[in-house]
Amino acid sequence: MNTIGRTTANWIILGLTLTFLIGPFLIIILAGASDTEFLAFPPQGLTLRWYAKVFTVESFRASFMLSMGLAIFGTLLALVLGVPAAYALNRYDLPGAETVRTIVAAPIIVPGIIVGLALLRYVVVPLDVTVTMALFMAHTALVLPYAVRVVSSSMHNLRGDMEEAAVLLGCSRFQAFTKVVLPNIRGGVLAAFILGFVTSFNQVPVSLFLSGPGVRTLPIDMLAYMEITFDPSVAALSALLAFMSLAIVFVAERLLGFSRYV
Amino acid sequence: MSDTYVQLTDLTLTYGQSVAVPELNLGIREGELIALLGPSGCGKTTTMRAIAGLLAPASGRITIDGRDVTRVPANKRGIGLVFQSYALFPHLNAFENVAFGLRLQKLSANEITERTLQGLATVGLTGYDKRKPAEMSGGQQQRLALARSLVMQPKVLLLDEPLSNLDARLRLEMRTELQRVQKETGVTMVFVTHDQAEALALADRIVLMKEGRIEQLGTPADLYARPETAFAAEFMGFENIFRVEGGKVVSDKGTLPLGFATTSPLLAWRPDGVTVGSGPHEGRVVATSFAGAHREYVLESALGPIKADADIALPRVEIGETLTFDLPEATARPLAA
Ligand SMILES: Nc1ncnc2c1ncn2[C@@H]1O[C@H](COP(=O)(O)OP(=O)(O)OP(=O)(O)O)[C@@H](O)[C@H]1O
Ligand SMILES: [Mg+2]
Repeated sequence: MNTIGRTTANWIILGLTLTFLIGPFLIIILAGASDTEFLAFPPQGLTLRWYAKVFTVESFRASFMLSMGLAIFGTLLALVLGVPAAYALNRYDLPGAETVRTIVAAPIIVPGIIVGLALLRYVVVPLDVTVTMALFMAHTALVLPYAVRVVSSSMHNLRGDMEEAAVLLGCSRFQAFTKVVLPNIRGGVLAAFILGFVTSFNQVPVSLFLSGPGVRTLPIDMLAYMEITFDPSVAALSALLAFMSLAIVFVAERLLGFSRYV
Repeated sequence: MSDTYVQLTDLTLTYGQSVAVPELNLGIREGELIALLGPSGCGKTTTMRAIAGLLAPASGRITIDGRDVTRVPANKRGIGLVFQSYALFPHLNAFENVAFGLRLQKLSANEITERTLQGLATVGLTGYDKRKPAEMSGGQQQRLALARSLVMQPKVLLLDEPLSNLDARLRLEMRTELQRVQKETGVTMVFVTHDQAEALALADRIVLMKEGRIEQLGTPADLYARPETAFAAEFMGFENIFRVEGGKVVSDKGTLPLGFATTSPLLAWRPDGVTVGSGPHEGRVVATSFAGAHREYVLESALGPIKADADIALPRVEIGETLTFDLPEATARPLAA
């Protein structure tokens, strides 16, 4: 192929990439601004009233708070469990470590819809836990593999002799962990938190099975809203959420080079 | 011995079922610089880790200054260890690396600062306190690791191949540096190496190890001149080692008559102990190289290859030609079987 041909091909590939990545985003932003009573694209007239309406829908507010809570506390719990797990997997030659690694990887491979169904069938129904509790457990379980993975990779280059050095300087094993290991994997832990937060917040299939009357995560609530009302406010909300995710990732990238860890 | 400071008694060290060091007995004197020398896998690191308390012995005892520390955990033992990899804390600058152990001791801020700066000065790192380890050279990192252990005023300082990561020039520099610091602080030092030249140059005494056992223990001069076994002789540069049977020198390849009487079953000669250019034996030159003060030859003889150093004044003999040589009594080192 000649140079001109190659340049043209490059431009086409770039154009297609942008179309498929940015295109849907633009469509949502515009659809949410359509001055119509129903979802329309291309938008007919432009208005911000649907963006304003999002904030007045009572159930959106409740489900947003629930999703926020699940994302923050579910991810925190996943980290409380996941950081020691990642540490143990890296440091000790545990029997069955390979099995644990496989299990930890499973939710990344197994479709969420199966995880949701399994949780409902074998945990929620037999144990009769509350819907909120079930959602909390599910989101923690969902984020845990990501936490273990990301923290593991940041722990990988950390040599064990650093902790031994700390112990010989007077640290207990636990102090060696908090004073030497944790500061060196801080970036990885933060990255895991952000990844976990976004994953949990946007999670649909698992929550679909577990949401109950009056207790819904935001994405599920949006689905339910669309079944009844077909106005552009769902598109507006989607656009706002996309902006929120974007802002989080942008700040994270600026603060700690987030993309190194994912 | 009365001046023994660290005593290892019947110390057996294992990894699972495999015994790395069986029943080791070793006394280390206060203030001495002792080298653990031996080939890879002979148990040097294992022994150090046991002294430091990072590895619990399967049996045996460790006493320091008369006190049994066998069951004392590593963080209470008061022993410093400089790791081969330095194991510096990458998130802390040089000052904080050195201050790390002092901060755990709840000392006053003034004392921490003073001792840390003093420690950095001892190893010649004054002014580097704000640098992170990643911003320092290999030699500087090595000195930083040394300072971090030294400021704790350890009873014993262990160094695991502290110079092996450095290039040749820096290695020589750090050798003298280590010696100076040791004399200055008077700390008892044990350092591991598999480089015999390094052990000879640095140590007050050398512990030569083989497969977890002490092969020979002595001053560098002792070991250099009087190795007792074939293994020790080989390590000290005796490259020609042969059996003696019925007044003859014997190898797997053949025999040569021995010009003198001996009762030892093995005899060894350094290359410079072999007489070249005269003598009763002949060998064909198979390799030769110039080495400054002398010329090195490899002679194919009735015993197989003989390594011999010839005076540089002697005319050069080409590969394929024959040279006469002798294995004289004066330079022969008798060895135990
Ligand atoms: N973690 C371990 N698990 C099992 N065996 C080990 C372990 N570490 C060392 N060994 C074995 O113990 C023996 C002594 O090892 P050690 O590391 O003490 O040798 P070394 O003299 O320090 O060698 P090098 O010069 O290569 O550092 C070796 O046979 C080694 O294979
Ligand atoms: Mg070693």
